[in-house]
Amino acid sequence: MSTITINPAALPDARGHFGTFGGAFIPETLMTAFEELTAAYEQAKADPAFQAELAGLLKDYVGRPTPLYFAERWTERLGGARIYLKREDLLHTGAHKINNALGQILLAKRLGKPRIIAETGAGQHGVATATVAARFGFDCVIYMGEVDMQRQALNVARMRLLGAEVRGVTAGQRTLKEAVNEALRDWVTNVRTTHYILGSALGAHPFPMMVRDFHRIIGVEARRQILEREERLPDLLVACVGGGSNAMGLFHPFLEDAGVRMVGVEAGGHGIKRGEHAARFQGGKLGVLQGTKTWLLADADGQIELTHSVSAGLDYAAVGPEHAYYHEIGRTEYTYATDDEALDAFRDLSQIEGIIPALETAHALAYVKKVAPTMGRDQTIVVNLSGRGDKDVAQAARFLLGEEIKF
Amino acid sequence: MNRIDATFNRLREEGQSAFVAYICAGDPDLDATFRIVEAMEGWGVDIVELGVPFSDPMADGTVNQQAAERALHAGTTVAGVLDLVRRIRRQSQIPIVLYNYMNPIYTYGFSRFLLEAREAGVDGLLLLDLPPEEQDANEELRAATDLRFIRLIAPTTPEPRIASIAARAEGFIYYVSREGVTGERSDIATDLDSRLSLIRRFAKVPVVVGFGVSKPEQAGAIAAKADGVVVGSAIVRQIAALGASPDLVRKLSETVCPLVQATREAAASH
Repeated sequence: MSTITINPAALPDARGHFGTFGGAFIPETLMTAFEELTAAYEQAKADPAFQAELAGLLKDYVGRPTPLYFAERWTERLGGARIYLKREDLLHTGAHKINNALGQILLAKRLGKPRIIAETGAGQHGVATATVAARFGFDCVIYMGEVDMQRQALNVARMRLLGAEVRGVTAGQRTLKEAVNEALRDWVTNVRTTHYILGSALGAHPFPMMVRDFHRIIGVEARRQILEREERLPDLLVACVGGGSNAMGLFHPFLEDAGVRMVGVEAGGHGIKRGEHAARFQGGKLGVLQGTKTWLLADADGQIELTHSVSAGLDYAAVGPEHAYYHEIGRTEYTYATDDEALDAFRDLSQIEGIIPALETAHALAYVKKVAPTMGRDQTIVVNLSGRGDKDVAQAARFLLGEEIKF
Repeated sequence: MNRIDATFNRLREEGQSAFVAYICAGDPDLDATFRIVEAMEGWGVDIVELGVPFSDPMADGTVNQQAAERALHAGTTVAGVLDLVRRIRRQSQIPIVLYNYMNPIYTYGFSRFLLEAREAGVDGLLLLDLPPEEQDANEELRAATDLRFIRLIAPTTPEPRIASIAARAEGFIYYVSREGVTGERSDIATDLDSRLSLIRRFAKVPVVVGFGVSKPEQAGAIAAKADGVVVGSAIVRQIAALGASPDLVRKLSETVCPLVQATREAAASH
């Protein structure tokens, strides 16, 4: 067990550094917007009225707290540790993403900016943003790579039904990274009227800190719930990691509990070969991308490499800087699941527990499937069921049933 | 003396403003970039900004992003750009500023890059995504060199921050005249006069204006007010259109020479 003393509440520092990671590597054209946002967030965080409004909406509009569900049949089937699912999939809009989107729209209200932009990969963050924009009467533009628009067509339609404009991005490999670039460009151009709701614990300060804070409620609830159920802390936490917001939300309240092991699961795609995966801790390197210093996938000349994952939400070249920090000091661990392993776990949870998970979440489940049988029956695992799989039905039907569903 | 400083000293004595041209190194290939820079010196361009191509240029518009894509496709690397500068230096003393994003430089090795860039004959660096705060916070990113670190000031930069950027500015200050990414605009910013005089209250180095300048009359209007004018996308767009044409350099002169001329005439008349 790690002997390093950690103090999660002290991180990041005032300029967004988690050890040597993070920070704000941004052009001067965005600096004022980031500084304004940081100041507004610090104020809001300390304002009981803001926290009360957020808590009320999380309860009545979003549906918190979410259950911590004991997956009895899956536990029996795997024959090892007792598996608990933190049911973020039951939230309004179908994933954890709404925790952050709601927090940030309340912040946009305080900033007095009437227009919202966001990037989205799988579409879950885009849907959550379009939802809160509708709820609070903001204009909303969502940037989405054209490849992702095809594989997540259902979510594109949801965003449009909610009144958002979805702008397809055709640059590069037309997935999440390019959508972030376009959103940043929009923000630089319209910064006086627009707030950018970044969807993961990524990018420049204050986003990694702020997004983590809004998702921390996942771990706070899970910690209380598992103590009620088991009367002791879990042995293992598992979550999928794209940017890393659902994972950090679950992990953060447990970081000082030295006996709790934490594993983040990245997208192994077709396997760990260049351009075929999105597992930054496997074959990645330290670098600077989209405002933050972190682990990323780049070639020998520092050009960002292509990534691949069956799940659009994990298909991104950099990992959130706070994950890079806890990885560095050995507090958290990272592994990966391939497309095939994720699809396999997707089918298992659907057919054994009657819960269709998001393909992103299925990567975490794939690791649970491997590790649970190696653990004792008296041990427990909490896995973040970060999203539901309705959006993935067409893709999963193609891969698992050989059926084409025209949407 | 650093070539940037020497050039502005000379221009000041002549009552002139600088014409700064931006092109992406390696677009369409490094050999073409060499010939373009060689020609630009003859056309009266005062300073050349060479973009080091990056896959994810978040401060740039479509025109410059596509130029970077072409340059990367042609196999341009950081080492290749440094070689290009060495080759230019064998025959030219035109001031050269490298326009970079962090990741390729960081991957190359930050201090190794600074050393080799200086030795190759680079005069200044513009690191789009390295604000002074991060340079202060990361020991490995501090500059132990006499390369000029060119700083940007934006329309949204508040006065106290202008003061602190200007206090440590080297070479020249690059004022971004319009909110947004690089690219052409049809008009010039209306508050340019007041912003320039604000910056000049704090600046100890010349102030050049760029982002969105494409037409000779815009360049002239800015040259009449500022110490220099930067044109990028309008030139890059021409290079994209001409591509591998054997006439690339000659035809490019039709875009660049009127811009240089407008800069000269405007400055001479004030």
